[in-house]
Amino acid sequence: METILATKKLSSFRQGAQAGISIAIGYMPIALTFGLLAKTTGLTLSETVMMSMIVFAGASQYIALNLLSLGTGVFEIVLTTFILNIRHFLMSASLNEKAESDALWKKALYAFGITDETFSVAAMKEGNVSASYMFGLITLSYGSWVVNSGIGHLVGARLPQSLQESMSVALYAMFIGLLVPALKKQRKTIWLAGLAAVVNSVLLLLFHMSKGWAIVIATLLAAVIVQYIAKESEGKHDA
Amino acid sequence: MMRSEIAWMILGMGLVTYIPRMLPLAVFHRVKLPPFLQGVLKNVPYATLGALIVPGIFFIHEDIWFGVLGFISAFVAAWLGANVIVVVLASVVVLSLYGVI
Repeated sequence: METILATKKLSSFRQGAQAGISIAIGYMPIALTFGLLAKTTGLTLSETVMMSMIVFAGASQYIALNLLSLGTGVFEIVLTTFILNIRHFLMSASLNEKAESDALWKKALYAFGITDETFSVAAMKEGNVSASYMFGLITLSYGSWVVNSGIGHLVGARLPQSLQESMSVALYAMFIGLLVPALKKQRKTIWLAGLAAVVNSVLLLLFHMSKGWAIVIATLLAAVIVQYIAKESEGKHDA
Repeated sequence: MMRSEIAWMILGMGLVTYIPRMLPLAVFHRVKLPPFLQGVLKNVPYATLGALIVPGIFFIHEDIWFGVLGFISAFVAAWLGANVIVVVLASVVVLSLYGVI
């Protein structure tokens, strides 16, 4: 019995690790550039690697570098990070709906690894999500992020310009690769993704809202409106 | 060596990033939500993906066609049923070719 359980755990870890390959590839150019920028901003190698190890949030790490170079104080940088990353609260709450009931410390541990990318992959997985799956997924993503940040600082160079440019599409392509099968399956998802995309664009481009808030508001608005309409039409069918 | 100001900044950033990630999974996980809110949370992943893709993908390069081409190639590859890794590699290859031309 125990061996069966152990094999099951290993296979869901492996399944997670396999799903993490796209993220690992996608993080590569971003982390390399982060390492390089950190160096030019004046961070040491250990500071750069520690930031990637402890924060593990791409966009806010970039913004921190930018604010540091502008001479912004630590408190403001931490506050900006908080505001930008509130969106992960929503993602964690959504993931909780399909998380298996693993030991609390395991959930508290893998919660550390929730990013836009790991969340998207886990949320699109069929069925429930176990802690071992999440550990597999996060090990690859986190490893790529931390190691490539260090390499970027050490080598002090990015990938060749043309490869760097074409690889910048990787994470977006991954999001599309995750979304399209769901679009084909369910009409509702077209409305959800489309509405959120439009609202997000309007908030960012017309209202110049910050990226963190725009994504939270666009996501919530689309999710609530579509849910409301779905419920209404269900009610009509019943009547 | 790490300067103490930078060390505090990193710790602070780590803490305020971890708390929102951890609360729903490890603290509020027993809270029973009304069915409507459960439905909303189940909708969140699809809406998030829409907002993560658009408009960001169109601004990865000064040349907007770069993003447009990336979008189309990823979409077509995914529509044809390609695995996510294949979708990623296909769109990187297409944009590399576009960069050469």
